Amino acid sequence: MKYGLEIAVITLIIVFAGIFLFQDAAGENSWGGADGEAAELIEATGYEPWIEPFWEPPSGEIESLLFALQAAIGAVIIGYVFGYWQASRKNT
Amino acid sequence: MHIMEGFLPSPWWEIWFLVSLPFIVFGVYQLNRLVKERRETLPLLAVAGAFVFVLSSLKLPSFTGSCSHPTGTGLGAILFGPCIAGVLGLIVLVFQAVFLAHGGITTLGANVFSMGIAGPAVAYLVYKAGTRAGANTYATVFAAAALADLFTYVVTSIQLALAFPGTTGFLGAFMAFAAIFAVTQVPLAIIEGAIIALVFKYIVHLKPEILIRLNLLPESTIQRLKETAA
Repeated sequence: MKYGLEIAVITLIIVFAGIFLFQDAAGENSWGGADGEAAELIEATGYEPWIEPFWEPPSGEIESLLFALQAAIGAVIIGYVFGYWQASRKNT
Repeated sequence: MHIMEGFLPSPWWEIWFLVSLPFIVFGVYQLNRLVKERRETLPLLAVAGAFVFVLSSLKLPSFTGSCSHPTGTGLGAILFGPCIAGVLGLIVLVFQAVFLAHGGITTLGANVFSMGIAGPAVAYLVYKAGTRAGANTYATVFAAAALADLFTYVVTSIQLALAFPGTTGFLGAFMAFAAIFAVTQVPLAIIEGAIIALVFKYIVHLKPEILIRLNLLPESTIQRLKETAA
């Protein structure tokens, strides 16, 4: 099977994505971050963080901009290196 | 798995800095040697680092109704060992702590330990054990990366439970944190393992000589892998 692994991985991702067609998170979590949930659990014990981040993204949009930027930087590097290898393999 | 800024009281944040420090120092030393002696592996190092960048920025929903992100450190750990993976993890965590208020400077030591060192150590050991036992290479890579991802979150739960045993004691607190982190992480770990196995396949096909030089796979195995998927 030439593309056996590819088919397996894509199937897995489709199944994973498909779960969310049937699941709704109207409950208390509603797709919040697990990091934040842990923080809430800690704050519920009466603990106050002793230091605040010195800078926070001013809004959710800017935060997603920076996350997208982080992913884009990584994706460019991966694409560049694999493309370079693929081409140099063909040329030899 | 990010412990947020200020959420580790003294002495815990100092302790985790001290625990992580020797691994990072050794990782930097290994990295220096790699750059000097095996320059041809640098593109692969860039790919490993870029993987941590991409995967740790993707916050995925999970069936528990909350979101978390894969770590992507498994690939670097399999290829270069857990100490170099620790340095790659450190770079990403600094980026996220400074620009995204995700994680924090004071909790950096603890976060580097869970994501950069403990998880990758599992990936490294599982990969070594799997190849020695002659298991299927891609299945081994899958297991190594998935378990590294999961173990990262188990370690975060341990770190928080140590700092906040609450009224239930360490074990009770650990169960509470693990319910938030580790359970959410199970499907994401599986996805991460699958994706890294796929990337490993492309490395085997495009640059097998690097894998041989890094002593990761014998030539005979690579030959077999290429034939079965030729």
